[in-house]
Amino acid sequence: MIELVCPAGNFPALKEAVNNGANAVYIGFKDDTNARHFAGLNFNEKNLPKAIEYAHQRGTKVFVAINTYPQPDGWSRWQRAVDTAADLGVDALIIADIGILDYAANKHPQMNRHLSVQGSATSYESLKYYQQNFGIKRAVLPRVLSVSQVAHLATQSPVELEVFGFGSLCIMAEGRCHLSSYVTGESPNTCGACSPAKSVRWEKTPQGLESRLNGVLIDRYDDNENAGYPTLCKGRFTVGKNTFHVLEEPTSLNTIEILPELDKIGIKAIKIEGRQRSPAYTQQVTQVWRQAIDHYYADPDNYKPQPQWSAALNKVSEGSQTTLGAYSRPWQ
Amino acid sequence: MKLSLGPLLYFWSMDDIETFYQSMIEAPVDIIYLGETVCSKRRSLGFEQWLELAKTLAGKKKEVVLSTLSLIEAESELKTLRRYCDNGDFIVEANDMAAVQLLSENKIPFTTGPTINVYNAQTLAIMHKQGLQRWVMPVELSKQTLMGILSDLDDMGIKDKIETEVFSYGHMPLALSARCFTARAHNLPKDQCDLKCIDYPDGLQVKSQEDQSLFTLNGIQTLSGLRYDLYNELDEMQAIGVDIVRISPRSKQTLELVNAYYKKIQNIEDTQPYTIKDNCNGYWHGEPGMLQNSL
Repeated sequence: MIELVCPAGNFPALKEAVNNGANAVYIGFKDDTNARHFAGLNFNEKNLPKAIEYAHQRGTKVFVAINTYPQPDGWSRWQRAVDTAADLGVDALIIADIGILDYAANKHPQMNRHLSVQGSATSYESLKYYQQNFGIKRAVLPRVLSVSQVAHLATQSPVELEVFGFGSLCIMAEGRCHLSSYVTGESPNTCGACSPAKSVRWEKTPQGLESRLNGVLIDRYDDNENAGYPTLCKGRFTVGKNTFHVLEEPTSLNTIEILPELDKIGIKAIKIEGRQRSPAYTQQVTQVWRQAIDHYYADPDNYKPQPQWSAALNKVSEGSQTTLGAYSRPWQ
Repeated sequence: MKLSLGPLLYFWSMDDIETFYQSMIEAPVDIIYLGETVCSKRRSLGFEQWLELAKTLAGKKKEVVLSTLSLIEAESELKTLRRYCDNGDFIVEANDMAAVQLLSENKIPFTTGPTINVYNAQTLAIMHKQGLQRWVMPVELSKQTLMGILSDLDDMGIKDKIETEVFSYGHMPLALSARCFTARAHNLPKDQCDLKCIDYPDGLQVKSQEDQSLFTLNGIQTLSGLRYDLYNELDEMQAIGVDIVRISPRSKQTLELVNAYYKKIQNIEDTQPYTIKDNCNGYWHGEPGMLQNSL
């Protein structure tokens, strides 16, 4: 059965994921060693053992994301994160950096290693590199492949594949996007942050409500428009004489309708994005996806996404809308 | 320090490409990177023609490196990648880990481009064992980080075995996507893009609603809105141990730029003052990339 991997930014969210049917939860430490390094989020060495115990007692696995790229002055912090997670007996480490993968493979050979989406492996040749050199067991695929490309890759892949099923949509190849550091100085790779909250400013002006990122105007909203978080790739900019969502509209990824295809391709796990979201989000999304997966396996030939699932997921989506993203060729 | 000409990032016609590289034969660049690194639909020059051009330039005493596609999605792209990696004559710049795999597996020495994530010396040491001879620092890293990496390489005893190249002039490659943004700006799907990129020899400008230059669209690639320019940092780069300074080709003035950089590196007095306009250098100083630090 396809595994459901759910996000937990704190202990209450972890409990929601566990109690609503996640097969695994993924978490991070309270520092820049993970790609959701946000204030008030994540686990420390004190509450992590309790979280692991809570999940394990209920049969849920715990994965720890150590998936940013250490620079020289941070190297020992990343090493410590690997050691701490391994010593606490988590079920897998999700890693992007080659140096850290190598460290984990040598120091904790028994520990499962997953290649993070931030590792940006989009082909089986790239996956072979990580498998042959660092013995990765699984890889999370970047959201840049169409369903048929994922299917082809799966036939050649030397490792288990995990794909994103739902959540905020990165439209760039993950791990290779510097838009955020170009404008704010902080990026997912360097700081575990994209369009960081501390750089965001909102201002009511005669032209409308304005959102800014480090002073750069990202969007301007009329009174009747819903304002969204000013993620750089979802801003309204100008090309020539046209002002529009040049890169992407505020929207979330949702693949619930292609669940049977993903299963037939041989995808091992579906990942839900959103460690930065609330426990209520984790509860809602985990519940819907658990239902969908159970519904599918009960009668694979007659799987039909239920309208109430989409309604529930749209409520917690960016811009209250969802897309198949790169899985669907026309989106590209 | 040597001067290099990075791979052409934009889509130009065959004539324009040939005229451009012809003009570089007499230019004081030591290393020229050739090949299509952005979009496999761009075929002004096929692999064989790039190879032909490589041989011509090598015959004119240029060191030539073949540079590979940065985002690999399709089997056909892997097929072309294998031809680059197996070319037998020229060293290859890997821009995706698939290329690193093909090259290291076959024990072929290689270099890495700025879209390979090298953020620390440990990563470099591992890849060095696998055949890495040179690396281009990811554009978002600073002078401070580079100094740390070079110092760590020194401690490992391999600093002299690895060449360090820094992307120093041009719109910086910031991101890659499955989506073609140039096609999107024309309301076209990627599969029917009409090869619109050919109309934008230096990319398509994206501005904020306040007319601030933000990004440059180049098909599936997003580049910085401003051009990175480390002209004023060249002395410092030399002092900390940078081996190669990379200039990214643009449709106009590349020759003037190469000459200006060359004279600065060689301490040759330049009769024409270098006038920097609308450029940035924030990353080098550990700041947001778009900032202009004492330019």
